[in-house]
Amino acid sequence: MTNPEPVFATDRTALVAHLRTILPAHCLLVGEEDLRPYECDGLTAYRELPLAVCLPEAEAQVIDVLRTCHQLGVPVVARGAGTGLSGGAMPHAQGVVLSLARFNRILRVDREARLAVVQPGVRNLAVSEAAAPFGLYYAPDPSSQIACTLGGNVAENSGGVHCLKYGLTVHNVLRIRVVSIEGEVFEIGSEAPDAPGYDLLALMIGSEGMLGVVTEVTVKLVPKPELAQVVMASFDDVGKAGDAVAAIIAAGIIPAGLEMMDKPATAAVEPYVKAGYDLNAAAILLCESDGTPEEVAEEIARVTEVLTVAGAGDIRVSQSEAERLRFWAGRKAAFPAVGRITPDYYCMDGTIPRKRVAEMLSSIAAMEKKYGLRCANVFHAGDGNLHPLIMYDASQSGDWERAEAFGAEILELSVALGGSITGEHGVGIEKINQMCVQYTTPELETFHRVKAAFDESGLLNPGKAVPSLHRCAEYGRMHVHHGEVKFPELERF
Amino acid sequence: MTLDDIVAAVKTAHDASKQAPSGGSHTPLRIRGAGSKDFYGGLLAGEVLDVSGHRGIVAYEPTELYITAKCGTPLAEIEATLAEKGQMLAFEPPHFSGATVGGCVAAGLSGPRRQQAGAVRDFMLGVKLIDGTGQVLNFGGQVMKNVAGYDVSRLLAGSLGTLGVLAEVTLKVLPRPVAEQTLVFDMSEGEAISRLNQWGGQPLPISASFWHDGQLRLRLSGARAAVKAAQGKLGGTVAVDAEKHWISVREQTHPAFAGPILWRLALPSTAHSPGLDGLRAIEWGGALRWYAGELDAVRGAAARAGGHAVLYHAPESLRCREGAFAPLAPALLALHRRLKKSFDPRGILNPGRLYAEF
Repeated sequence: MTNPEPVFATDRTALVAHLRTILPAHCLLVGEEDLRPYECDGLTAYRELPLAVCLPEAEAQVIDVLRTCHQLGVPVVARGAGTGLSGGAMPHAQGVVLSLARFNRILRVDREARLAVVQPGVRNLAVSEAAAPFGLYYAPDPSSQIACTLGGNVAENSGGVHCLKYGLTVHNVLRIRVVSIEGEVFEIGSEAPDAPGYDLLALMIGSEGMLGVVTEVTVKLVPKPELAQVVMASFDDVGKAGDAVAAIIAAGIIPAGLEMMDKPATAAVEPYVKAGYDLNAAAILLCESDGTPEEVAEEIARVTEVLTVAGAGDIRVSQSEAERLRFWAGRKAAFPAVGRITPDYYCMDGTIPRKRVAEMLSSIAAMEKKYGLRCANVFHAGDGNLHPLIMYDASQSGDWERAEAFGAEILELSVALGGSITGEHGVGIEKINQMCVQYTTPELETFHRVKAAFDESGLLNPGKAVPSLHRCAEYGRMHVHHGEVKFPELERF
Repeated sequence: MTLDDIVAAVKTAHDASKQAPSGGSHTPLRIRGAGSKDFYGGLLAGEVLDVSGHRGIVAYEPTELYITAKCGTPLAEIEATLAEKGQMLAFEPPHFSGATVGGCVAAGLSGPRRQQAGAVRDFMLGVKLIDGTGQVLNFGGQVMKNVAGYDVSRLLAGSLGTLGVLAEVTLKVLPRPVAEQTLVFDMSEGEAISRLNQWGGQPLPISASFWHDGQLRLRLSGARAAVKAAQGKLGGTVAVDAEKHWISVREQTHPAFAGPILWRLALPSTAHSPGLDGLRAIEWGGALRWYAGELDAVRGAAARAGGHAVLYHAPESLRCREGAFAPLAPALLALHRRLKKSFDPRGILNPGRLYAEF
């Protein structure tokens, strides 16, 4: 009942010869030094050199590349800016990387209809910048928004700090244009609501490049709130901070953003950003309110009251836009700040029910001792999405393996607490083994059938997102030995 | 009725279909909750699988913003439970006569608040699905964010039971707005569409809109201060019958929805009038328009305007001829068939309810 991992044996010479007939020289990279920058995405611990990188400039070229790969049986890994954190865009050793970086034009910003039509290589922030003159913006704001592209956002169903109120990518995309591995073009969704047939948009968004290649995206734009203000509250106990999050929701408030940082995180950030965080606090909460000035004043008053009752120590409300941005600066700089105090860090992405936060954090503290590694926690508290940053030193033998095992244990605990192994970073190659923990065999088989309905050849991003049953069987065996042993080496194709 | 009973019924139908001679006929299952949307979609065929007895709220955590309920749970029961904690199903689904939560998700119909809050699919967090072979599968969960695996639970919203029995669903819930106010304006169709789109581009708390017969009603929902400020900005007169009115729109008991033939046109909100007679109502800031009567070439007109038309209410003969939903492009239709097959290989669940082809 287990199926072996797919094996591809690409004839590189024939592949390159074919690609040369369909792409001009400046759209094709084949030399090792040119391929090197593509060997990994934002998850640098996993690397692989592709056989070639295609940089098409028109949809017709995308179609040609996909048809060629389909004909030759060559794996294709689509790639945006390569900022992903789960290795979803890590190349396949027997395949090509299809970079959409040159699809970087905003085709239309429609003020009246409040939407933008963009190519997949357009950066997330560029959409909001183009919409700003109309008082509109694109709501999902992943922390990498300066660099990450819409195509990648669609592939990963990216979130950000405002998604509790404004939704994820799946809530903000109206239509996509997709090329299948066979080179067929599909229009999915439309500017009108409730497109006929199955909600393929929901299936495509977050599918990690497994189902098709996106060549155009229509996104919803929303009016920019007149005002935003942040409340910053300190707690002497992480449990109290977690309860305060629940209390805000229970009071009927859906804040624009609700973030939590623990003491190791604020300690890493404060010297770097000088956001004014209370360094004695066990945890701090940042709660943003946006809307009309009247609305914000009303909500801030309610939030302040709830936080006081919940036992917050120091409570501060941003008094200016500059101060609001400074409060946020620390949260937004958490990853690089941790990067300053450790040679390497490994960012996790589990989601859990909000009420289990304190439990999760105390388990992580125990794991720090068990693995002998430190961990700072930043947390999209409003939607239960935890980003533990495990600190390690890749140059120390055994450090990475311990970090990886530490991370795996956090993810498996997330599932046990009623959550998920990934809230917004995707499975990619990184969490492929934990998929075996989150899903049963029949569920994984359903995913494989869905994949086959779009890509029967299995050439789009093979080995990512959904594990083969064979792989789960292997992992299961390893897992029985209490996860103390080193995880099986990732298969290198 | 237990989960096991439903599984057994699906397995029996699946096994029977395997024993049927190749190409021979077998009796499919027609999944039914309260039957409140029997009128909707393609023709009804097969032996009724009544799942209304599989009911009850499984879990409700107000501070986690979700509710999990078995498919046969009436929406009324869910909404009453949520109201006790000041929460709601923000997509404001129609109840018609006793709708169940399973049917609500399967049909994917959202109500007036959709223009502000989103559609049924936007609130889908997880599902327990019985596929066409009788396997029990769980997708999604009870957390707000989950990108592990394909988003099958959202795919099921609006699938009309063709991919499986939605035995249990988990929906995101939201707090009820603190304040609501409905404003009334006299204006033409064209003016209503242009004003609705202008307002849509401003940070105003508009949660519903309904134009009918030269009158536009606009519902504002949100913080007290926000509703008051918007009212000051927008003008109009304050409606007295607001709550009743929005229920009549949600339940389609408003006279605008009367008549034997009703078309539901989903269009870009900015689309000009598609040049059809019989406009009855406009909702969702211009994106949803209702037309009545035996009209020619509705589908072509809707497509030219950038949207699509659903034959919503119609006698069987007309539904048979026109199909309920706009036809799919050949490549998309082929993809739909492959997906259907991957969940229901023998085609035993609600065949023809979405499209005659599967």
